[in-house]
Amino acid sequence: MAFIELKQVSKQFIQKNQRIDAVNQVDLTIQKGEIFGIVGYSGAGKSTLIRLFNGLEKPTAGKITINGEEIQQLKGKELRKFRKKVGMIFQHFNLLWSRTVEENILLPLELAGVAKEEREERAKELIQLVGLSGKNNTYPAQLSGGQKQRVGIARALANQPEILLVDEGTSALDPQTTDEVLELLAEVNQRLGVTIIFITHEMHVIRKICQKVAVMESGKVVEFGEVTEVFEHPKQAVTKRFVQQETIPEANLADFSDQYTEGKLVKLTFRGDQARQPILSQVIRKFQIDMSVIQGQIQAMRETSFGTLIVEIIGEEKEMDRALLFLVEQGIGVEVVDHA
Amino acid sequence: MHKGNFKEMYLNTEQLDLGKFKVATSETLYMTVVSMLFVIIIGLILGLLLYNLGKSKRIGAKIFYNLLSIISNICRSVPFIILIILLIPFTKALMGTFLGAKAAIPSLVISAAPFYGRLVEMAFREVDHGVLEAANSMGANKWELVTKVLIPESLPALISGVTVTVITMIGFTAMAGAIGAGGLGGLAYQEGFMRNRPTITLFATICVLVIVFMVQWLGDWAVKKTDKR
Ligand SMILES: Nc1ncnc2c1ncn2[C@@H]1O[C@H](COP(=O)(O)OP(=O)(O)OP(=O)(O)O)[C@@H](O)[C@H]1O
Ligand SMILES: [Mg+2]
Repeated sequence: MAFIELKQVSKQFIQKNQRIDAVNQVDLTIQKGEIFGIVGYSGAGKSTLIRLFNGLEKPTAGKITINGEEIQQLKGKELRKFRKKVGMIFQHFNLLWSRTVEENILLPLELAGVAKEEREERAKELIQLVGLSGKNNTYPAQLSGGQKQRVGIARALANQPEILLVDEGTSALDPQTTDEVLELLAEVNQRLGVTIIFITHEMHVIRKICQKVAVMESGKVVEFGEVTEVFEHPKQAVTKRFVQQETIPEANLADFSDQYTEGKLVKLTFRGDQARQPILSQVIRKFQIDMSVIQGQIQAMRETSFGTLIVEIIGEEKEMDRALLFLVEQGIGVEVVDHA
Repeated sequence: MHKGNFKEMYLNTEQLDLGKFKVATSETLYMTVVSMLFVIIIGLILGLLLYNLGKSKRIGAKIFYNLLSIISNICRSVPFIILIILLIPFTKALMGTFLGAKAAIPSLVISAAPFYGRLVEMAFREVDHGVLEAANSMGANKWELVTKVLIPESLPALISGVTVTVITMIGFTAMAGAIGAGGLGGLAYQEGFMRNRPTITLFATICVLVIVFMVQWLGDWAVKKTDKR
């Protein structure tokens, strides 16, 4: 059995006599040690879903099994005990302003009843781990956003959780700080083997650290799979929109098609090793065509890379078709843009 | 009124009896401090109750909340001087007498505790709900939520609430003094007004003001000290 399994999980809210299906019949499996991304637009039900994992919300229907335990049935003391083994990280950090960095990290240890000396030692270790040495007695008000989130991460790790729930953990941070925090989370995942469930509305965050991704839309998981797979072959409209956030926007392609009318406008997609091979120069040498690059980008993902290139091919119709066929044979995604 | 007259009336230091002032000041402080201890405890409990009931969606809680609100509003709204008179039988039964500094305490507590309770409720409501959610996600129980999050995170507001309440209560002790509770209010009324010695009234007023300013200053200092935001 998978580490985490959701079966037909739904959560409804009743508000002003209206039913809201915040989470709607979701099935998911998450493996131990995985970094699992959940992506979706605002109101898709991501936060509600993640809150089901530690019982902050109770499902209206369905089963949530974590490590063999059906957590939707936990109540009171048992639920509180279970929560101590699940760390949670928040968009707005949610640190206690009245406590110093060290005291904030001590809080979950106090709640878990860890002995004083042991918890102080643990807090100091954690401060080291998240790279905040020397900030032990600083109050959160004096920290930058990135530093605050580091405290949040240390606090979430205090009781050696097996699962880390991250709800928009980087959405309040600038790009560079986001990268730093993501690196820290990836490191935590590698070193401690913590399973991370990561919510975001930014695809590049998923691309950076997640292995699996689920795409949510109005309460449903509409797409689910390996990040590379979902990136390359998005099926649902929402997913395509998310992927485009990252790659070249569709609107741009249409604009180009007006500007480059001489030859054929082609969008090529590369994956993994292909991105590093000199396929384009081979094509130019092999066939009687000219090629000019209009736009391109390559994105590094967790284990592979993913690139898109928009080129204009000029030459005889037959020769162009043969060149494109060659590219397809090499396993490259080829999309010819029709002129308007 | 010419100058000499004013000086004779208000700065006639021969009328001042240091011993009496010392006693009156200590009576005022006694009434304030002892009542305040009760007010803080009852106010915190009341505030917590109001806060929890106010958040609950159950109908029973809503009814109870409104009931508590009405009662505490009544206690706050009855003019203090009338409250004392109304409570004379109760005070007599509780304290054995309705005269003296001690006898003023029940009325002071009853009028100020609901006032402070409201301030406590407001202070708790100001606590960031994200922080409460974080504590919940760590498996905190209700009691830990109150002692480790709610109170520490609202401490500056709780303290400034105490300051405001104490100052109001010092005003009330002066009123209580007029009907036999003693203290600086009693001194100003019995010795100053009834015996036509305005100097005593003036100096008793100055003493009250000094106490109020000191409380205000102390309160502000404590708020600054605890507020790390
Ligand atoms: N406690 C609640 N009571 C009523 N409705 C709720 C509650 N919590 C969430 N909802 C509703 O459920 C839906 C999903 O909300 P949720 O917060 O899970 O979305 P989200 O994907 O996290 O969005 P965002 O990206 O804005 O955080 C929304 O329509 C929201 O209004
Ligand atoms: Mg959300």
